[in-house]
Amino acid sequence: MATGIEVENVSKCFEDFQALRDVSITVPEGSLTALLGPSGSGKSTLLRVIAGLERPDNGRVLIAGQDATLLRPQDRGVGFVFQHYAAFKHMTVFNNIAFGLKIRKREKRQVSDRVHELLDLVHLNGFADRYPDQLSGGQRQRMALARALAVEPNVMLLDEPFGALDARVRKDLRIWLRRLHDEVHVTTVFVTHDQEEAMDVSEQIVVMNEGKVEQCGRPRELYEHPANAFVMSFIGPVNQMGDEFVRPHDIEVMLEPNGSSVEAQVDRIVHLGFEVRVEFTLHDGETGWAQLTKAEADQLELTDGQIVYVRQGEARVFSEEDRRTLGDGGEVLAQ
Amino acid sequence: MRSRLTLRFIALGYLFLLLAAPVGLVFFRTFEHGFGPAWEAVTTPEAQHAFWLTMVMVGVAVPINTIFGVITAIVLVRQRFPGKALMNAAIDLPFAVSPVVIGLALVLVYGNTGWFGGWLTEQGIQVIFSIPGMILATIFVSLPFVVREVVPVLREIGTEQEQAASTLGSNWWQTFWRITLPSIRWGLTYGIVLATARALGEFGAVSVVSGKLSGETETATLFVEQRFHQFDLTGAYAASVVLALMAMIVLLSMNLLNTRRRS
Repeated sequence: MATGIEVENVSKCFEDFQALRDVSITVPEGSLTALLGPSGSGKSTLLRVIAGLERPDNGRVLIAGQDATLLRPQDRGVGFVFQHYAAFKHMTVFNNIAFGLKIRKREKRQVSDRVHELLDLVHLNGFADRYPDQLSGGQRQRMALARALAVEPNVMLLDEPFGALDARVRKDLRIWLRRLHDEVHVTTVFVTHDQEEAMDVSEQIVVMNEGKVEQCGRPRELYEHPANAFVMSFIGPVNQMGDEFVRPHDIEVMLEPNGSSVEAQVDRIVHLGFEVRVEFTLHDGETGWAQLTKAEADQLELTDGQIVYVRQGEARVFSEEDRRTLGDGGEVLAQ
Repeated sequence: MRSRLTLRFIALGYLFLLLAAPVGLVFFRTFEHGFGPAWEAVTTPEAQHAFWLTMVMVGVAVPINTIFGVITAIVLVRQRFPGKALMNAAIDLPFAVSPVVIGLALVLVYGNTGWFGGWLTEQGIQVIFSIPGMILATIFVSLPFVVREVVPVLREIGTEQEQAASTLGSNWWQTFWRITLPSIRWGLTYGIVLATARALGEFGAVSVVSGKLSGETETATLFVEQRFHQFDLTGAYAASVVLALMAMIVLLSMNLLNTRRRS
């Protein structure tokens, strides 16, 4: 547990809003962990508590085995990256990255060497003398990462680091962050509301909702063994049919009845390239959709309004209290 | 097209009639009889003392208002406490209240028969009809400028840069010098310039508390009035021109200082 993070029973209340409720997580040394959840789930607050930017009402935070609960942010040895970059606008890229080193009164030569090494690492060579407003969003965020890495923090904390970027840049930076982590190996926690981003980048995902941890595990574990309907619906698409929850790719669409299949009417067929979505209504009025490959869909020659037979493969049934799911509007609905 | 021209004509005409023409006339009148008489008028010992006293007013009131103005702005923007709205409103009081009233209020508090006046006189400190009172009056009237210029800038920059600095190991003081102050420097500059101009030009409040002792408690603006009443128009105009030049020098030097720091 040299540079890992332990959060023990942390609670945090803002005025009348309970942001964190008795949260405990473990972030192993050198890992890349995602805090995933809808807005208002407490994920950013948890990250800020780890950084020392918020003080918890209860509980402890241990960084590198040391109790950091009462330490000020500047004494924690954390690097923090903000969604909106928090670039020092009046400083050049060089001085932004050098900031932490200058605060530590490092020798001028040493500072310059380190900054250039980092400019290299984040692919910003040649940008040293620019000001932040002369950079693109992606470049600013890479600068912010270099700035945080400059002081060799024990842990890196990233608050929706790609949230303000457009989709393409997001994807590039995601891959780049993954590679960077392989190179630098610093314990990293990042906050995201994008499940694909979390699955793509992280080794461990902590799913949060309403200030609580719903489940914590490897991306595949969460996908295959969700603890409750919320996790299942947040980690991937899901159909609810009666008490059963089933992934759209586990629904088989057939032209003839077969075993446990039920009759359904095709409402709409959506072609998304390789993937085809078949939306249907069951005879009892319930709706759902199946995910087929293009080849499967072509073979069935489906048309709108056609009667088909659907059979669900692996479905999950959750206990009463685990049945809350994520509604369409991003809100959690009590079922 | 025509409406654009009309708008421009209105704006320029307004500026000319109310700003450029009177100020230009003052300059014209000053040098009407050549440079000599004007120079003589502003180099009498009386005049020199008045300018020196005005500079003392500015030199004390503006730095004090700058320091407390920045602190007040930070408190107003970054903290929440009961009575904040009241404090916010109170800062604008010098804008709302006539300077003469401010002068009279100071007399009521610090004058010989005022609240602290008696006690202060016993200690051998005279506030009213002397320089301390005039400084108090100048501070009072020039108080809101720095606060009012810095508050919106502080609000706009937010706290993220400061938080980033703190996670990078910077303590409060370092963050203030390296992040906050450079971020608010344009607003601060403008606030200082306005406060300086106000302090230079203050007449009403200072007039009430000064006693107008020529060569002792007479600032440049009071000197202008005194010359005017003595029918020494050249002297009055010349002193006005010097006041205007002092204000311009402040404006230019602040701008210069800022551009140099940027590069």
